[in-house]
Amino acid sequence: MEPQAAKLIGAGLAVLPLLGVGIGLGMLFSSVINAMGRNPSVTDAVKGTALFYFALVEAIALFALVIALLLLFVF
Amino acid sequence: MLASPLEQFVIKPIIPLHIGNTDISFSQSALWMGIAVILATLLMTLSMRSKALVPGRWQNVSEMLYEFIFGMVNDNLGNEGKKYFPFVFSVYMIVLMGNLLGMVPYSFTYTSHIIVTGALALTVFILATGVGIVRHGLHFFSLFLPKGLPWFLAPLIVTIEVISYLSRPISLSVRLFANMVAGHTMLKVFAGFSVMLGIILGILPMVVNVALYGLEILIAFIQAYVFAILTCIYLKDAIELH
Repeated sequence: MEPQAAKLIGAGLAVLPLLGVGIGLGMLFSSVINAMGRNPSVTDAVKGTALFYFALVEAIALFALVIALLLLFVF
Repeated sequence: MLASPLEQFVIKPIIPLHIGNTDISFSQSALWMGIAVILATLLMTLSMRSKALVPGRWQNVSEMLYEFIFGMVNDNLGNEGKKYFPFVFSVYMIVLMGNLLGMVPYSFTYTSHIIVTGALALTVFILATGVGIVRHGLHFFSLFLPKGLPWFLAPLIVTIEVISYLSRPISLSVRLFANMVAGHTMLKVFAGFSVMLGIILGILPMVVNVALYGLEILIAFIQAYVFAILTCIYLKDAIELH
């Protein structure tokens, strides 16, 4: 296989973990909304924590993006 | 043909300087870092000039920033963590100013380079490890062996813990760098679509760009907050060892 074709296929495969990220974000925000619905007084406390963990899970999606960009533009 | 959307991250020298073979030109990255320092200094010093008990608008901004970071340091590090407050505040301001200044049109996001975020993350990592070793001596390495572990699992768990500890600076730097690169690249790609489609149809990608711009400003704040709070958490891990 030519290296260019392998690079493109590799970059495409590198973003498959976004499936896990989508599931993780969905679970995180579903529990946040659940908590806010059951007990509206904890909204402020939950909001800050939720944003923090959103950033951590989003970071995994961006690691996948970095690997895809590495494959396409560096090698 | 369209230029690559990654071309906006290329560093161009403004004042070329050379020492022998090394290139130490004053680049746009350095220019915007200087602007960030000047802005942060002006914000904190000029707004506290009036020293009113009931703060006016600018003093309110300074006090909000101060109390936000002070609350974070107090919650995570307790009373003796107060000496780390200037460091955490500086880290927060560097990242926040870098991210926000990148939102100004025709500017340069210096936090979108892995060397800058890597240097910041490495500083945080070395500080946390150094504080832990100076304070606890060799007992610091008990961080890697959680309590109540059966003896046959110990080698595996210690290996995993060491690897995950060593991956902290990598994840800290790549998180910030990739967020900034991804955001700005998306903005550039949709702007490219606008140029390609002409004046009438080109309004649609521009609407998407406006929404993305708002998202990018939110992400600028969130990423600065995450960097600062992870700094506090790593310092807490080193000081309290669990």
